[in-house]
Amino acid sequence: MKEIQSSMAGTVFQILVGEGDSVSKGQTVLVLESMKMEIPVDSEQDGTVKELKVAIGDFVNEGDVLAVLA
Amino acid sequence: MFNRKGQSMMKKILIANRGEIALRIIRTCKKMNIETIAVYSEADADLPFVKQADYSFLIGPSPVVQSYLKAQDILDIAIKEGADAIHPGYGLLSENAHFAKMTEEAGIRFIGPSSSIIASMGDKIKARKTMIDAGVPVVPGQESMAEDLESAVKFADKAGYPVMLKASNGGGGVGMVRCNDEQALTQHFESTKKRSESYFGSGDLFIEKYIPNAKHIEVQIFGSADGEIYHLYERNCSIQRRNQKIIEESPSPQLTDTARSHILKAAVQAAKAVDYRNAGTIEMIVDESENAYFLEMNTRLQVEHPVTEMITGIDLVEWQIVTAQNIPVPITGQHQIKENGHAVEFRLYAEDPVTFYPSPGELTKASFPEGENIRIDFGYEQGNKITPYYDPMIAKIIISDETREACLMKAEKVLDEVSIEGVKSNLPLFKTVLNSESFKSGHYHTQSLQQMKKGEN
Repeated sequence: MKEIQSSMAGTVFQILVGEGDSVSKGQTVLVLESMKMEIPVDSEQDGTVKELKVAIGDFVNEGDVLAVLA
Repeated sequence: MFNRKGQSMMKKILIANRGEIALRIIRTCKKMNIETIAVYSEADADLPFVKQADYSFLIGPSPVVQSYLKAQDILDIAIKEGADAIHPGYGLLSENAHFAKMTEEAGIRFIGPSSSIIASMGDKIKARKTMIDAGVPVVPGQESMAEDLESAVKFADKAGYPVMLKASNGGGGVGMVRCNDEQALTQHFESTKKRSESYFGSGDLFIEKYIPNAKHIEVQIFGSADGEIYHLYERNCSIQRRNQKIIEESPSPQLTDTARSHILKAAVQAAKAVDYRNAGTIEMIVDESENAYFLEMNTRLQVEHPVTEMITGIDLVEWQIVTAQNIPVPITGQHQIKENGHAVEFRLYAEDPVTFYPSPGELTKASFPEGENIRIDFGYEQGNKITPYYDPMIAKIIISDETREACLMKAEKVLDEVSIEGVKSNLPLFKTVLNSESFKSGHYHTQSLQQMKKGEN
């Protein structure tokens, strides 16, 4: 199982993929908001989004799992 | 230490901030023979402000919640080191009423307004009410918070779309979303509420009417220790990305004298309404017919304050420190604050000029031209890292000249000589703006940058 983790603490600002979508390496899957910045989180591998672990507005810490890829 | 009038003078100031603004405050302190204490996070250990302060203390790991937002730890250092005052800079703890109060209660001066003024202006719904009571026009909107989606929709129907959905405790362009119709409002309501809860600690929202093609004009205000309120003219901050300013200029182009004097007067009136002390900014939205509406008040020094310093010749940080010592600023009236020429500021960010996403990395090269009427407020030195933990602003480039035309011509030359390597920067974007018809003519508004990027102007 492959996971997409948060690179830093922040608030989930945008989610750009849905469960079941296929994503490729380097694709931005969601955008975090922190310190007035929007920070993209990219997938590190190809795969299909099996589960989204967060919703818009959630606060996440560095290392939290944001999505699970199959 | 006492001055000739027997007033006690400050000897040591702790700066609860980082980067360029910490350095800028150190500069004025040196001029005033005041010692400085820097506090810094692990990520910032190699930055110039840490070296240039007289004393420096590591406060914690890189994330702000573990370092620059640790109010008690910072205050403890100030107490232990015998600081007379704390300068909060901008962002971070600068508009944190609780921190200002803790500082006041510890017998240390907070360089800014009182904690109660900060609290009253930090709550945007309350601030709107205060201004309405004082007779200052505000953006048409809700007088109380939108309890739920239903009341928000009801209000938006009455006001007419588009509307702005905003967090009451938000500010600085964060926690607001434009909704073009009921569907958009419905879609954004819960997520905006949730985001402002995690971001600002309160999910209170309110609705304002969206004003199209508006100029964002703000007035620099100063409340002297003797109770006098002065203005230091306006700044046009309409070139924005994601509701955040990137280019500011003063005076504002394309503003009639009538509108201008009305705006300056309204700003002074707004500051008087709260018996304001120290440096503050009244932000206004000016519509196409030049109607000005109060947006919010920033109870601190602004990022773009150098634009005002360039045209007035006043050192705002010096005035802030003087005021914190309870000494009136050294003028006898508004007429002594004169404006000379024109100034423009460019905020150079380590970010992708197209997506605006931050681009951290090592600043392998950073060089700026020097010269008369060129001011570079730069918080790094070559070889430093722009880390992902903080706002990625590299430097502020401020240029002034006698006229707007001369100032913009000079700006183009100065920007051509700026060289940044190692990180992506928004430098190319400045050229796009300078060459656009709307910026050249001065007829630009808060949506202009988006249009320029699409090549529409």
